[in-house]
Parts: sequence; structure tokens; C-alpha cells
Amino acid sequence: MIEIKNLHAKVDGKDILKGVDLTIRPGEVHAIMGPNGAGKSTLSYVLAGRDGYEVTKGSVTYYGKDLLALEPEERAAAGVFLAFQYPVEIPGVANTTFLKTALNAIRKHRGEKELDAMQFLKLLREKTKALGMSDEMLKRAVNVGFSGGEKKRNETLQMAVLEPKFAVLDETDSGLDIDALKIVAEGVNALRSPERSMLVITHYQRLLDYIVPDHVHVLAAGRIVKSGGKELALELEKNGYRDFGVNEAA
Amino acid sequence: MATMTTTYSTRGADPATAPAFLAPLDHLRSGLPGAALSWVRDLREQGRERFAAVGLPTVRNESWRYTNLRDLGKLTFQPAVTADSDACFDVLPTVRPEGHGPRLVFVDGRFRAELSSTEGLPAGVELLSLATALTDHGDLVGDHIGRLAAADDRPLVALNSAYLADGPVLRIPRGVALAQPIELVFVSVGAEGRATSFHPRTLIVAEAGSRAVVVEHHVGCGTGTTLANHVAEIFVGEGATLHHYKAQREGGAAFHLSHTAATVAKDGCYDNFILTLGGRLSRNEVVSTLAGTDARTHVSGGYMVRGNQHADTTTLIDHAQPNGTSREVYKGVIDDTARAVFQGKIIVRPQAQKTDGHQLNRALLLSDTAEIDAKPELEIHADDVKCSHGCTAGELDDNALFYLRARGIDQETARGLLIGAFLAEAMEEIAEEPIREAFHSLVAGWLEEKR
Repeated sequence: MIEIKNLHAKVDGKDILKGVDLTIRPGEVHAIMGPNGAGKSTLSYVLAGRDGYEVTKGSVTYYGKDLLALEPEERAAAGVFLAFQYPVEIPGVANTTFLKTALNAIRKHRGEKELDAMQFLKLLREKTKALGMSDEMLKRAVNVGFSGGEKKRNETLQMAVLEPKFAVLDETDSGLDIDALKIVAEGVNALRSPERSMLVITHYQRLLDYIVPDHVHVLAAGRIVKSGGKELALELEKNGYRDFGVNEAA
Repeated sequence: MATMTTTYSTRGADPATAPAFLAPLDHLRSGLPGAALSWVRDLREQGRERFAAVGLPTVRNESWRYTNLRDLGKLTFQPAVTADSDACFDVLPTVRPEGHGPRLVFVDGRFRAELSSTEGLPAGVELLSLATALTDHGDLVGDHIGRLAAADDRPLVALNSAYLADGPVLRIPRGVALAQPIELVFVSVGAEGRATSFHPRTLIVAEAGSRAVVVEHHVGCGTGTTLANHVAEIFVGEGATLHHYKAQREGGAAFHLSHTAATVAKDGCYDNFILTLGGRLSRNEVVSTLAGTDARTHVSGGYMVRGNQHADTTTLIDHAQPNGTSREVYKGVIDDTARAVFQGKIIVRPQAQKTDGHQLNRALLLSDTAEIDAKPELEIHADDVKCSHGCTAGELDDNALFYLRARGIDQETARGLLIGAFLAEAMEEIAEEPIREAFHSLVAGWLEEKR
């Protein structure tokens, strides 16, 4: 279980999160919607442990542990996964090498045996097939020369390989056309399970047609201002964020 | 020649340092191999005279602006005596996973026959020590030694000539292609409590149409201060291909100075790659002259330094004839208070039309106190040429680092992956996969040490 309590965070000296409260139980999928600048990405980076995101107040308890005290790699090893809005290109590091290093680091941390090259390739084949990814994409350097859709599929593949307990999907729909969105959403849905929680962060309701959440929250000006079921997303689609004091042309 | 009087400019030189470096010669000279050959005596004498007049280069010498040999000048070096402490090198390096093939081993600059092997070489290939060559085959080396490595403006080449005694000699006859790499292993041992110097001379003659791969390993053991002052002269004949690789990982008390001069005939190809990991101070000078038309040269490398190491890479590509191609790709990783120097010059002579020259040096600075001094230079006297150079210095990409860590990869491993990736572009210049793999492991070892 993940319990976010009264979370305050600063970026570049500016208060962005101003008291976020959220509890996510195993198996639940929560969506956070909100306008630009509400603090959606800040929340995802704070959860993943990025430098420069300073927590000034509040706590995040992850299965009884103080999540905020852990290094990013320790969080990943404990089962936290952030699917990046903008996956980073890493020239010179092959995608397979990256995935294998990550998986074995996490397995080692969990006290499991590391996979050898053969075992890993077998596992990878299974996972890629489901996502319609080519072998060629695996051989290429991490995200280098990938289209927007390929990058997001690659994030989903990483999630499938690393099997996190808690996945944060930051604007997974950004930059995707509808076909790519469907493929990615199918990949994500395939990973839904009673042990795995997800936090889906999005600006638009569209993604939630494909990844249907159990709970929807509205984040505005650094706070969760409204929570509800999946119908809240539809309401937002219709009325925009103006009910929450936000004026957006979109 | 001994009667000729020459005056030398001492600008950027420090003659006061010369006597200490030359004094041991007086005891040695008569015992050096090849004393019966007049050209050898002349070469040594000219070298001695030249070095006596100028001594070590100083930072006022334009070519030595960023590399200060002051610390070297303060030491009193003794020439190496026959090394007898073998304990430290029970396993000598090789790039062959199946075990070493043909190789020559030198300990403190002296040939060690019992550690060397010339088995399996095709008929006609000559692989032997310079000391043996000077004693038994003076004609083989007489036509080549001293031809490329000019001592005039290079005091350390002069010093090397003054002590000319030993080193590897390789001749690949016309049309012969060597299936396996030839390995040259140089071990610096030195002696406890005193500084030891040696001056190996390498000669490689790849005759027309021949093909060979040569791998040099420079390793160290022991804690004594050593100075390895190498000079290599390399002749690549018409249509010949020579791939020349070097890994230098001597110890923290080692000075490694090296001057490699190559000349490439028509349609020939000379590849040089140097991986620098070791040494307290190292300098690799590579001069590759495209002396025939349609000749190619690739001069590349990687340097990884930390602590207070200093690594200098100084290259000169001389396009003397038309249609030549040159390519340089260097990558450097500099940590702590280490310092690296890259000076790369490309000359395109007036007749060298249709030259294609490309040079790149990228440095990765891992600390705020790491330093790189880079000086690319193009000197173009022809009008129909394509030449480019690029120099950059940067840091590790924080975004990439976070991305890797967010996937469970610890900070040091993540840094290692990124550093390895950074170096990859240079390592790709190594054409032979087994050698590339072997050099990759050396890089991996370097990254491990840090942890």
C-alpha cells in the first residue's frame, strides 16, 4: 500500500506540491488528472526520487517503508516504476544491455538469482512479442532514433520486464496517435494484477478510455481538489478544469 | 658526421637536465649491441650530442605547452639492468582468449627470449629483438632505423637514439598476410628506491601488399619509478595494411613517453589505436605521413585518467600526396584532479588535393577539478580538400543517469554504463573484434577499480 500524506515539494525554490494526500491499495489503478502546471510531473519525479525535487513536508509510505529516504535505484528495486513522459535517449547503450542490467540489479536486490544471457533473451522474447516490438528495437541504443510511439512501447516493455509493484505512468499518452495509444494501453492493461498498483497521470481523458481507472483525482495548484470514480474523468472532459479555478483553452 | 658542428636552439629546452640523463651512457656505450656498426655508433652519438645540447623540453616549447616534464627532470634515472624479478608477471597480457601466439616480451626495455615466441609465423616473416638484429642482421634495420623519427626537434627521440639498444623488430615480406596478431609486451618493473629508465626502439616494416595486426601491451609491476621512452618507426608499403593497437596501463609511478612515426605508401593503410589507462605521466605522439597517393590512416584512441594522472595525446597527420584519407577519433574520460591534453594537427601539403581529413576529440569530465587542454590545428595548403575537426568537453548526462537509476541500476554501475557508451565511438575504431573485446575488458576493469 502506498500512502502519500500532506506532501509538499519545491522545484527551483518554487512550491509546486502543496499538500497532496493519496492512498493506493494493491491492485488499484488511480488516475491523476490536472491542468498544465498543477504539479503532475513533479509528483511523479518526487515518487521516483529525482534530484532537485525537494520534499519540504509530508511523507510517502510504501509498504511500511519511508519511500522518500530511498535512493532512486532502491525505490526501483523495491518495486517502484516510473514510465517517463519523455524517455531519455542513451547513445551507446544497447536496449538489451540496459534491460538486462536493470532486471539483474533488481533481481539481485530481491535476493533472486541473476539471469544469464540465454534466460534473459527468452524472457525478453516473450515480453516483446506481446508489445509488437521488433528485435531490431532491442538491439538499438536506448530510445535513440525511436519514434514517440516506440519510446512509450519501450517504457511499457521495461515495466513488463521489471514487474513493479507500483507503476507511475507520467503522461503516457503524450505524443501518441490513437493506434500507438491502443498498443501501449493494451500492454499496460496486460500488467494489471491484484498485486500491482498504478498511478496514471494524464492531462486528457482519452487515455482513460483505454486504461480504465478505479479512482480519479483532480490535481490543481499542487493539491488534490476532487476525487471520484471513473465518471469524474468524463465530467472533466466535458467541463474542463474551470470548476477548479483553472482556465484553459483546451 | 662526427666532425660536423651544429648549433641547436635551446628555446623551450632545458640543457641543464641533460647531463643526469646522459651520464650513465659513459659506462654503457661500449657494451651496447651493434657497437661494430658505424651507422649505429653515429646514430647514438648524434642522439647524445643533440640531447646534451637541449635537454628536456619545457613548457615554452610550443609542442610541450601543456605537459610539464619538470618532475621528470628532478629525478636521477639509472638505466635498467637485467631484470631478474619475474614474480610479478606470471601472467602476461594477451588479446587472444586461447592464449598467446607470436609475441616478443621486453622487461624494462630488454628482450626476454624465454618469454617470447615466434612459432606459427609464415615463412619469411622476421620477428626478433633489435639487439639481436643489430648483432646478426645489421642490414635489415640499417635501412630503416633513424629514417622516420627525426631527432632534430624532438629531444626525447634524440635521447632514445643515444641509448639505442633493444626493442621489437618486425618485417612482413611482400604480399604476406598474417592470420594472427603479433603481440609486443613491455613490462616496466624498475627497482625499489631508485628511478629506472629505458629507451626501446620499435621497427615495423610491412612490405608491399602485406597485412598485419600488431598489439602492444604496456604493463607495470613493482613500485619503483620508471621512465619508458619509446620510439617506433613504421613503414607501410604500397597496398599494405597495418593495424597497430596499444594498451598502456603501467603503474602510478611510471612515466610513459612514446613517439610513433609512420609512413604510408600508395594505397597503403595504417591504423593506430592507443588506449591509455596507466602511468603517472604519459605522452603519446603519433605522426602518420601519407607519403603515397590514395593512402589511408586512422589514428584513434581512448584515454582514461584519474587521481593526479596526466595523459597527453599529440598527433600529426601529414597529407603529402593526393587522394589521402585520414580519420581521428579520440575519447577521453578524466576524473579527480587528472589532466589530459589533446593536440591534433593535420597538414595538407600543396600537392595533396582531394584529401579527406576528419578529426574528433571528445572529453568527459567527471569532476570539477578534472582538466582537458585541447588544441586542434588544421594547416591546409591545397584548395580541393575536405577537412573537419571537432573538440568538445562535457559532463555525464544527469537525465540519462537518473533514467538508469530509476530502473534499479545503482549510481556507479549507471555511471560506468554511460562512460562505456561515451567511449564506444572511439572503441568502434578498432577493426578486429577480439581486440576490441579485450580493450573493452580493460576499460571495464578501470571502471571497477573506481568502486
